[in-house]
Amino acid sequence: MEMTAPFYKYGLFGDEASLLVAFLIGIGFGFFLERAGFGSARKLVAQFYLTDLAVFKVMFTAIVTAMLGVTYLAWMGLLDLSLVYLVPTHWAPQILGGLVLGVGFVVGGYCPGTSVASLATGRLDGLVYALGIGAGTVGFAFLFPLLRGLYYATPAGPLTLPQLLHLPYGVVVFAVVLMALAGFYGASLIEARASRKEG
Amino acid sequence: MASTMHEAVRPLPRSDAVVQAVVGRPYLNPYLAGIGLGLILLAAFVVMGRGLGASGAFSATVAWAVDAASPERAAGNEFLAPYIGDGSTHPLKAWLVFEVIGVFAGALLSGLLAGRVRWTVEKGPRVSVAGRLGAAFAGGMLMGFGAHLARGCTSGQALTGGALLNAGAWAFMLSVFAGAYAVAHWMRWQWR
Repeated sequence: MEMTAPFYKYGLFGDEASLLVAFLIGIGFGFFLERAGFGSARKLVAQFYLTDLAVFKVMFTAIVTAMLGVTYLAWMGLLDLSLVYLVPTHWAPQILGGLVLGVGFVVGGYCPGTSVASLATGRLDGLVYALGIGAGTVGFAFLFPLLRGLYYATPAGPLTLPQLLHLPYGVVVFAVVLMALAGFYGASLIEARASRKEG
Repeated sequence: MASTMHEAVRPLPRSDAVVQAVVGRPYLNPYLAGIGLGLILLAAFVVMGRGLGASGAFSATVAWAVDAASPERAAGNEFLAPYIGDGSTHPLKAWLVFEVIGVFAGALLSGLLAGRVRWTVEKGPRVSVAGRLGAAFAGGMLMGFGAHLARGCTSGQALTGGALLNAGAWAFMLSVFAGAYAVAHWMRWQWR
């Protein structure tokens, strides 16, 4: 079979149609976020009090599902993985930004995507959180002249774990699956302990 | 014990306007929800050649708002200018903006089907509504700042980059969990 994916990159449809695709994909994204309970701040932050590890379970199941799908389609020659956009790695801002974002997650209760799911289901705290993201974005934009050094620091280009670790792609995929399965088992033990403690 | 799809409907705690517990039907099993989310992400890769996102929609919206208030300011800002472009297209006519409108619609649909849509402020029993909303705003600011510094959030970096085995995204993901666990103890007042 001839390689034809990603469809957009192969010119199967144009920019206008891509916005409709965006809307449809967003519906699926929002639907499963809400189904998982991720419109609820208390459900989300329970991850950080080790009483309900749904965030970890959902996230890693999603990562493994999409990773296996991409790997299989690329291996079959149906998907050109080099045409799938990879955000270039910049170690320092990604690690620092991740730390700040993690703090914001447990202080405010959401992340950007889940705040939209929360306000869609009527949470006023989700709406206020989204306004906070807007304020943080304005702050970042106007502090950008001071931050640009950090923003562009430690570039490593588009970089995958297999390239970084000098391992075959399939080996890393297999390792991630094993890690996820071990994590799911660990999560079940942690939740069992938490429910015993809470009675 | 993991929640299942077909658990009996729990009685609704309706003691006051601020509902503090889960209402409506129980959530989907996390592994099934994860598979659903993963297939949506896979569809984005196959159809568009890109992953999911959310913080980029906030950038586009802020760029549009700043541009409306003060075009010189927006055009002169190195971070916002790319979202405005050359003026040939509207800043909100962006892929992530349409995707996030979809997120809103999809979450609303799921919430309505499960009887989970209602006006609430979600919080623990020990915090006032004002305290919770103040913390939500502060947390949102940190999130907005951190997500732009990191070039993406839990959707664009952790989920999307995680599935593509993006090295920086994995470093980012570990940092998010580290940052959250590091301060969780001092945020108990809000949640527990």
